[in-house]
Amino acid sequence: MTEISMTVNGKAVSRDVPDNTLLVDLLRETLRLTGTHVGCDTSQCGACVVHVDGKAAKACTLLAAQVSGSDVTTIEGVANGELHPMQSAFKDNHGLQCGFCTPGMIMSGIDMVNRYKAEGRELTEEAIRHELEGNICRCTGYHNIVKSIQAAAAKM
Amino acid sequence: MHQTTYHKASSAEDAAAKLGSAEDGMILAGGQTLLPTMKQRLAAPSDLVDLSGAGLSGISVDGNTLTIGAMTTHAEVASSADVQRVIPSLACLAAGIGDPAVRNRGTIGGSVANNDPAADYPAAMLGLGATIVTNSREIVAEDFFTGMFSTDLEEGEVITSVKVTAPERSAYAKFPNPASRYAMAGVFVAKSAGGVRVAVTGAGDDGVFRHEGLETALASDFSAGAVDAVPVSADSMLHDIHGDGAYRAQLVKVMAKRAVEAA
Amino acid sequence: MSEGIGARVKRKEDKRFLTGKGKYTDDVRMENQAYAAFVRSHHAHAKLTGLDTSVAERMPGVIAVLDGQEMTADGIGSIICGWAITSKDGSPMNMGTWRPLADDKVRYVGDAVAVVIAESPGEARAAAEKVEATFELLPAVAATDETLNPGAPQVHENAPGNLIYDWELGDAGATDTALAGSAHVTEIELTNNRVSPNPMEPRSAVATYDEAEDHYTLYTTSQNPHVARLVLSAFYQVAPEHKLRVIAPDVGGGFGAKIYIYPEEITCLWASMKTKRSVKWTSDRNEAFMTDAHGRDHVTTAKMGFDASGKITGFKVDTIANLGAYMSLFSSAVPTYLYATLLSGQYNMPNIHCNVRAAYTNTAPVDAYRGAGRPEASYLIERIMEKAARELGMDPADLRRKNFIQSFPHETPVIMTYDAGDFDGNMDKAQAAADVAGFPARKAEAASRGKLRGLGYSCYIEACGLAPSKAVGSLGAGVGLWESAEVRMNPVGTIEILTGSHSHGQGHETTFAQIVADRFGVPLDSVKIVHGDTDQVQFGMGTYGSRSGAVGMSAIAKAMDKVEAKIKKIAAHQLEASEDDIVIEGGEVKVAGTDKKMLWHEVGLAAYTAHNLPEGMEPGLKEGAFYDPVNFTFPSGTYIAEVEIDPETGTVEICQFTAADDFGTIINPMIVEGQVHGGVAQGIGQALLEEVVYDKQGHLMTGSYMDYTMPRADDLPFYTIEHNTTVCPNNPLGIKGCGEAGAIGSPPAIINAITDAIGTEDISMPATPQRVWAALRKGASDMAAE
Repeated sequence: MTEISMTVNGKAVSRDVPDNTLLVDLLRETLRLTGTHVGCDTSQCGACVVHVDGKAAKACTLLAAQVSGSDVTTIEGVANGELHPMQSAFKDNHGLQCGFCTPGMIMSGIDMVNRYKAEGRELTEEAIRHELEGNICRCTGYHNIVKSIQAAAAKM
Repeated sequence: MHQTTYHKASSAEDAAAKLGSAEDGMILAGGQTLLPTMKQRLAAPSDLVDLSGAGLSGISVDGNTLTIGAMTTHAEVASSADVQRVIPSLACLAAGIGDPAVRNRGTIGGSVANNDPAADYPAAMLGLGATIVTNSREIVAEDFFTGMFSTDLEEGEVITSVKVTAPERSAYAKFPNPASRYAMAGVFVAKSAGGVRVAVTGAGDDGVFRHEGLETALASDFSAGAVDAVPVSADSMLHDIHGDGAYRAQLVKVMAKRAVEAA
Repeated sequence: MSEGIGARVKRKEDKRFLTGKGKYTDDVRMENQAYAAFVRSHHAHAKLTGLDTSVAERMPGVIAVLDGQEMTADGIGSIICGWAITSKDGSPMNMGTWRPLADDKVRYVGDAVAVVIAESPGEARAAAEKVEATFELLPAVAATDETLNPGAPQVHENAPGNLIYDWELGDAGATDTALAGSAHVTEIELTNNRVSPNPMEPRSAVATYDEAEDHYTLYTTSQNPHVARLVLSAFYQVAPEHKLRVIAPDVGGGFGAKIYIYPEEITCLWASMKTKRSVKWTSDRNEAFMTDAHGRDHVTTAKMGFDASGKITGFKVDTIANLGAYMSLFSSAVPTYLYATLLSGQYNMPNIHCNVRAAYTNTAPVDAYRGAGRPEASYLIERIMEKAARELGMDPADLRRKNFIQSFPHETPVIMTYDAGDFDGNMDKAQAAADVAGFPARKAEAASRGKLRGLGYSCYIEACGLAPSKAVGSLGAGVGLWESAEVRMNPVGTIEILTGSHSHGQGHETTFAQIVADRFGVPLDSVKIVHGDTDQVQFGMGTYGSRSGAVGMSAIAKAMDKVEAKIKKIAAHQLEASEDDIVIEGGEVKVAGTDKKMLWHEVGLAAYTAHNLPEGMEPGLKEGAFYDPVNFTFPSGTYIAEVEIDPETGTVEICQFTAADDFGTIINPMIVEGQVHGGVAQGIGQALLEEVVYDKQGHLMTGSYMDYTMPRADDLPFYTIEHNTTVCPNNPLGIKGCGEAGAIGSPPAIINAITDAIGTEDISMPATPQRVWAALRKGASDMAAE
């Protein structure tokens, strides 16, 4: 067992967990934050994307112990009273259907917009599509996801 | 994933010591390959030694030589102003590894140590004639990569950094596997005073390799046209459901041309 | 009417998904929950000779290790196929036994032989690895075009030669005669590649047995919880229906894969009774690739005849359909009544004959996947039309227009009666939106950059709104395909709609509410849609075959008719007016031409207080309806794809994709367009990227996203969507359905664009870079040889 402590969505969390506990299992099973999803075994689908110290990371490919001491934000921690502009944009542009990939899409979307803004780069349609390489959606054909991120980028 | 014992190393020496006392320990760098492998129960190390607290991250410049700490992430290499200035092809290559979330965690040391036959960094290391620095020695890339998933690293040896010197011109062109997005053929081309190096990843049946024919042709005429006349044999190429040897040989040529054009 | 029919209303259900508050099956946690891990065969075909569970039983956390023999002894039934197909010689189909846990033989990689129940998923999996199953290996067959060959390994003893049925539709003699007399005959051989549905949420089940009540509760990832309950009760003998509650909560996509009742759900229910624990199983992606029913997998040869003017004379089709190792729930119907019946396409075809042989192989079961049979039909028709146009030297659009059906109803030679359509109109809209006139210039410009540009058409028609119960019953279906609804108006005027349809991404909570808002003029927010729980909803047949609009909404409309009639009676009584003069407008119930009215909630209150109702009227305001469609519905459309190919690498880039669809009445264009986007993406995936590959011995080569290519954002373009509406005359709202069209119409458009670009028909799906490059190379060497 390993003792871990971190901040999750602004709240301090300390737990004793088996060493092989993945961050996603800590979130889903221990903390019951079930908005972070698991859609594959090979770190490709991105349904589990969260932010660790402000950067996108796949919660299925991190041990909880590795992120001890970090600041973790999940989909449950994104809205601040009202929906985050990225969440609103997904609703306004019908960027979600079944909703399963949506948390990962939103977390990746926020990460990419923040990054491009910080670097002063233009987030073009082509860039969004490239940036979504690690997020798979089976419902939307990505059309409205790309539109959603474009719309959110204009507001964030 | 199987049970394992997690350790956090405070230095490379500490990591080596912890590995030494483990039954079947492994280094945990970024974990972007190791953890999926463990999840699929294809690897079951008794102990994991996390290097994230070992002070092995960061990039320094000395003239036209870059020293990149083993725990430097792909995102850090890609966005480093120093790397972009000294060896832009390396920054560009790092920006194309995996996806953004993977680039935030995956490290150069982990990639080099794993020597996945379809990984990008081994092509850059071999193409740039890099030196792999460990806690005990320095190893030139030619000696370091010894075949698919195989390196010259010894038990308990820990990569601390890689050193790369800027060539005159260089570029990397990759044709990704449509499914995995790893390289189906990735060609790193570097032209220096000493000649031209062409390193190929993803295509060969035993991991990253240098292509002598392409190097010779490009040494006398560093142009995309020079690639056309070079025979690239399908014999030692990988053959799988995504492409046979002939197709991979074709991709090597095309990627070599595109890299030369971009260099 | 800003929230009614035709309005682009934002989805009511979005907030919970956007904030991580959706409740999917794997999010459910019961008290006292244990976890299941399955022991699966790594062999494609073997006799199970022994099972040693002794080591596993002693592993940490293990509660029980259960096997197939125990399950058989407990009377759990075999998994059934619910549609009986009769061979052309009159014999019934040969259905082999499918045990949820194999007790004798395994027939595909992933076939389960035992299950471990443990305190944690990790402990269950670790113990499952220690169950020692011993096998006597048998030769295996995996390939569709080999399994019917003499001497092929036998998958089931009762299906000699691996033949499940040899079935036909249409007139063979007339078609042969027509072909013999044709001015031109175009021939084609096609493989329709096997794909995996891949909803992003893997299948999952949580089963709980209440010993005191002798009652089971199953949370599961289902598109049709009532069908699941019916089958689990009637055929698998898990529990009678009143002792089994099935709940399909938020479900993360289905695409067909979640219609069926799989071994894992049955096993979890049984294991919950055996262990007196709640038992949860959640598939990982590798298990999903092994065990979720796959789609397509046809090998077909076909001939189409034309007269001297280019009119079709006859169409003859011979198909082998690979159904895998076992017959899944609707598997038999897919390559027959959902395929051959659509072979007339959008065209006047005087003669059609189709022969289908369904075959067993040592691969995962194959069943309906988005489109189900209809994509296979449209791929065949639209590729042969394009090929014929090239052979005849005609413009492919002109050849199609020359043969389009122009008047309705139209009876085809393959038992369908098309009720409405405007195929020229679809084509006009698509051609205009795609700027077909500008294509030659775009092709020339691409050539100047060394790229090969091509344009491909696809004119699809499909049958959805499954289906008239009597008709499908006469064709062998084991169930009726109606839908049910209940409309409850509460005393305060809010409305609950209980529907047997199930939403797993389609947006029913919004669109179903829209038709209520439209009818009564009440706010969308005052309408709640209840679905997915057999204890709440009266009954239902679920969501597949693009049926929720055409059938599910029709049931709601029918129930609303009854509610409306009662409202009018109450209002007429209270307002002392004639029923005929009562109108419902803007949430008020009025006497036409007067200022007399009741507010909406006053009607509800009147119904439930029952202080002043018409003589003999029952209190309350709640009506149910079962709606059985009178015909299929027939969405149609024209799709145009434009691609550019890099001849050096074989990479295909989709430059533009235009869809002009006729879906009948559209309730919410935003949602309908989203359905087209997703369907088209899956069709593009099948055409360019996706394929389930087994080696000759039946080993699965594509067990993860490392080898199975899922369409990603950078594989796909923005799509151009047009609508050309002819209203369906056969249901109350005029809806045709839109869920599957994109997946049905898009593959041939993509492949036709590729063949146009590369100048050879010799390419199969998925047209991967390697295949396109090889086709170009072969084309070049063939040309050199000539």
